[in-house]
Amino acid sequence: MKRIVNLAVTAMVMFIFVSTVTAGGKQEASGGGVEKVVTVDYMNFSGSGDRAKVLEQMKEIFENQNSGIRIKIKTVDFGSYFTLLQTRVAAGSAPDSYELNYENFIAYAKKNVLMDLDPLFKKSGFDTSSLNKNALKAFRTDGKQYGLPESYSTVLLFYNKDLFNRAGASYPTDNWTWSDEQRAAEKIRALGKNIFGISHPIQFWEFYKVVQQNGGSLLSKDGTKFTVDTPQNVETLKFMVDRVLKSNVMPSAKQNAGGDWNMFKSGRLGMIVTGVWAFHDFTRDCKFKWDIAVEPGNLKKATHFFANGIVINKDSTVAGAAFKWIKFMSASKEAAQIRVNADWEVPATTYPEIMADYNSKTPPANRKAVFDSLNYLVTPPVVEQAGEMTDILNLQLQAARDGDKSPAQALADAQKQLEEKIKLK
Amino acid sequence: MQSEIQRNKLKAILFFLSPSILGLLLFSLIPMVFSFLLSLTKWDGLTRWNLKAGIPNIVGFGNFKEILTDAEFWKVLGHTSYYIVLYIPLILIFSLLVANLLNMDFKGIVAYRVLFYIPVLTSWVAGALVWKWVLNPLYGPLNEMLRFIGIEGPGWLQDAKWAMPGIVLASIWKDMGFFGLIFLGALRGINIEYIDAARIDGANWWQRLMKITLPLISPAIFFVIVISIINSFQLFPQIMIMTEGGNAGPHGATQVMVERIYKYAFKYFKMGYAVAYSWLLFVIIFAFTMLQVKLQKRWVHYDE
Repeated sequence: MKRIVNLAVTAMVMFIFVSTVTAGGKQEASGGGVEKVVTVDYMNFSGSGDRAKVLEQMKEIFENQNSGIRIKIKTVDFGSYFTLLQTRVAAGSAPDSYELNYENFIAYAKKNVLMDLDPLFKKSGFDTSSLNKNALKAFRTDGKQYGLPESYSTVLLFYNKDLFNRAGASYPTDNWTWSDEQRAAEKIRALGKNIFGISHPIQFWEFYKVVQQNGGSLLSKDGTKFTVDTPQNVETLKFMVDRVLKSNVMPSAKQNAGGDWNMFKSGRLGMIVTGVWAFHDFTRDCKFKWDIAVEPGNLKKATHFFANGIVINKDSTVAGAAFKWIKFMSASKEAAQIRVNADWEVPATTYPEIMADYNSKTPPANRKAVFDSLNYLVTPPVVEQAGEMTDILNLQLQAARDGDKSPAQALADAQKQLEEKIKLK
Repeated sequence: MQSEIQRNKLKAILFFLSPSILGLLLFSLIPMVFSFLLSLTKWDGLTRWNLKAGIPNIVGFGNFKEILTDAEFWKVLGHTSYYIVLYIPLILIFSLLVANLLNMDFKGIVAYRVLFYIPVLTSWVAGALVWKWVLNPLYGPLNEMLRFIGIEGPGWLQDAKWAMPGIVLASIWKDMGFFGLIFLGALRGINIEYIDAARIDGANWWQRLMKITLPLISPAIFFVIVISIINSFQLFPQIMIMTEGGNAGPHGATQVMVERIYKYAFKYFKMGYAVAYSWLLFVIIFAFTMLQVKLQKRWVHYDE
């Protein structure tokens, strides 16, 4: 009996030992040490689905250029990416390099789990001039560069030319303001019971920008106080909500139950505010002519973008190689060209010939609006508890949108909850 | 001598139990102890720590106090109660109905039993997506049917008042096969002589149901209620998939405990708070189950 127990225990210890050793053997030199091959882990979400091939292509080129470095790609779909990433970071087994969207970047940077890239910039003499300045700046916080931008997507005003023609409205221009947009929306709405003028989602990622179009903001300039419930912002929200509840040029949640992209594609929506990631679908599915314009402003113009960046784990043992990889993904001509060819968001680079290549693709004819809108870029409030702040505001914005609260009440409630729950510096 | 045998017996028992004891320790008991420790901290779920270096930011029972004094917790509990109040009677009625339907004897009944069980085997992701379509106010078959009889249906998942009932409908569809099968087993266990005797004595259908069938299957009803209340407190996947982008909308009308726990842990980076929340969930479920076990003496009849 005793022997069996001993045997079992020994087997178990062996098992645990073997599994630990194999798990820890990642950075070992391969073969007899002719050339040391370094493996860099790279975890990402943007390469899931169709894009896996494209990412693989980038990896191959990189590995050909850097014979001593092997990239181990792990792609996880967006839905479970951040849960898995957080668990790995907390457990101390974070990948050497990984993708972060801007919305999560601040939280990770503030939790002190990312490597400061400035020393690596200096050491390698990295020239940042090939990168879009705004995109680069997005991954900088507290005076340190914690990530490199990989790609970005600007948000624009898309419009259905056929509906504009039928309604006798003139096409949007870069000089449009809210009232021009509203007039066109009303004309299109008048075309039929099931035809709507515009869809401009009433949620945090639009609202923080739209308040700035009206000269307002969500945070005070020094970032110490929330300024959500100012009369200016109430006016902004009222403008957005009235389009649903009063003029109904914008579909309500119930009218929009099929989704606004589908409504646009079926030719029942005059204008929609959404991102360049819609190009692929709209080109494939729209049977009418459509184009884009820079979003109209009111007192001033304000636009926003979503950016993806790549960071290096603070404790990575292969930081040098990892930096070469993320530099390649972010700033190399090769990666940018592959990205443009695959119509995979917009590369964060400024190479004129590649950008010319990007602009030459149609539809939309007015592709330069993608870059023009960068001139009016505003960024979301930099708050460590970004996720919680977003949800608190969304809840109140939806209540106003559905007519369950007045805009003033919704913003007052949001202000109160934000003050209670979100720590500012 | 006797004790030697005893000891050997104990060793043998321990040996054969060791795989499951090890599993229990590794995957349940140790994590439970750890999670309780975490519930006393303000850990963000990202920063690395270990026992040797000390537990970061201990706040004692601060998290629990914060949760219980936050209006959100009570609102969320209210949503769960609303769900339970709608769900429990409906699931009992529908699964009893299913059981009665499946209790008939005709050719091909087995195929019917399988049909009703299919939703149980379906993943919630697929099921919830189908229900999102069923409940679509514009194109969904449910409102189409209502329109046919002259009622303009609500925006089920778009209207704060109707979102939870919409979730309940989907849950009933998913669960009634499982509970129906349990009731079917109980119904099959009833000695037909009781029913026949009652019929001879002149008891009508309603009296036979209330006085004989229901009391005799009361242990099964008890089981179903206990399990479904526990499940109700753990409501999660249908909310994440069916509501606007998983945000428990419209404007928070379908926020429930597990959804909050998930968001606090993985979206708001408040792991300590989330863990305390899940301990409260455990206490609530435990209390409810104990209460029911106590109350069962009054209405559950066990065959002696």
